[in-house]
Amino acid sequence: MIEIKNISKWYGAFQVLTDCTTQVEKGEVIVVCGPSGSGKSTLIKCVNGLEVFQQGDIFVNGTSVGDPKTNLPKLRSHVGMVFQHFELFPHMTITENLSIAQVKVLGRSKDEANERGMKLLDRVGLKQQAHKHPGQLSGGQQQRVAIARALSMDPICMLFDEPTSALDPEMVNEVLDVMVQLAQEGMTMMVVTHEMGFARKVSNRVIFMDQGSIVEDATKEDFFGKPRSERAQQFLSKILSH
Amino acid sequence: MLALDFAFFTPDVISGYIVKGFIFSLQLTIVAMLGGIVLGTLLALMRLSGKTWLVMPAAAYVNTMRSVPLVMVILWFFLLIPLVIGRPLGAETSALITFTLFEAAYYSEIMRAGIQSVSRGQVAAGYALGMSYRQTMGLVVLPQAFRNMLPVLLTQTIILFQDTSLVYAIGAYDLLKGFEIAGKNFNRPVETYLVAAVLYFIISFSLSMLVRKLQQRIAIVR
Repeated sequence: MIEIKNISKWYGAFQVLTDCTTQVEKGEVIVVCGPSGSGKSTLIKCVNGLEVFQQGDIFVNGTSVGDPKTNLPKLRSHVGMVFQHFELFPHMTITENLSIAQVKVLGRSKDEANERGMKLLDRVGLKQQAHKHPGQLSGGQQQRVAIARALSMDPICMLFDEPTSALDPEMVNEVLDVMVQLAQEGMTMMVVTHEMGFARKVSNRVIFMDQGSIVEDATKEDFFGKPRSERAQQFLSKILSH
Repeated sequence: MLALDFAFFTPDVISGYIVKGFIFSLQLTIVAMLGGIVLGTLLALMRLSGKTWLVMPAAAYVNTMRSVPLVMVILWFFLLIPLVIGRPLGAETSALITFTLFEAAYYSEIMRAGIQSVSRGQVAAGYALGMSYRQTMGLVVLPQAFRNMLPVLLTQTIILFQDTSLVYAIGAYDLLKGFEIAGKNFNRPVETYLVAAVLYFIISFSLSMLVRKLQQRIAIVR
């Protein structure tokens, strides 16, 4: 589904990604973790071309992201993305947030888009909030709407960029619950997160990044059981010690 | 002793001299505002495009317009365009075009700040949903930029309304011109200019109060 092949990226002279290679099969859930500044967010943003890379290539369902001839908007329209800061459109109601891209990008009718939007809003438990603006919802609610918005495009896979990092602790679980359910339904997911509980519960593999490189790419049993690299061991002992 | 006599200010004088000029000043303000915001938004998008061939001409245009006194632009446009197109344009038409072009430079700086006030994450969210550059700008960024900048845009429009009086330089019949002619005809220049000043004050001041109200409302919504 997603093939990342020897990706390298520089900001000027500074190298942020070094020769990253991995793949996500259909129905797999991959968790990407690592210390801040390790390049994990940059890597996931390369998958749908929000960040450009200078070397290597990424294929989503066989389509090259790096090829200048690729129709990136079309590719992105079926790759869902959820951001750390939700990024709902504050000047639109929740209903409009859910329908706008369906209508403008996929060409669905307003009725069709609203119906699909309401179904997904109901699924994330926020049907009552449809008429409100994003600013009137809590962070956790906003992120659930953001997931519903991404799902409304009927994506073939979902990218999550630290979806719970900006949330108050008591709101983390309501978002993770939606993500777990999604994973159990067989959605292909690439998730940048520090939520190791989520990784243990639903991930197939864990990728550990440090200083722009993929240091470890292992099944979750191997990663949590016996991480090979010293860097991953240190990281795990730090975040799992409490 | 200063003896003021406003007795000649009958409804007939007002409708005969003032209304025509008032309508033109209003028309000039509205045309230059709408045209200036549209053109200014395009200029702002060009300057933020990151493409040198778009940035350079837009920056040159905005900086030139902002470095020249408005009254000179009005004069030069009025004098030069007939030479280029081979026939006189008329003071009113000339003023409408000049003001639109001139105000575009100022509105573009406001819209540029407005566009930059919308976070990059919003742009990323638009793109991630498969929107094109046009859709992301038109549906996501510009509506927010416009809303954030509404008080500043309106303040600029109040300044624009006051500046319309500069068309006296090319003899266009605006609000001030109406007062001027009435003053000459009735030999009451002090009284007419006084009334003109009060009228400009009332219009501009009440608009500023309106902007302040609006600002408070926007502040609450956020």
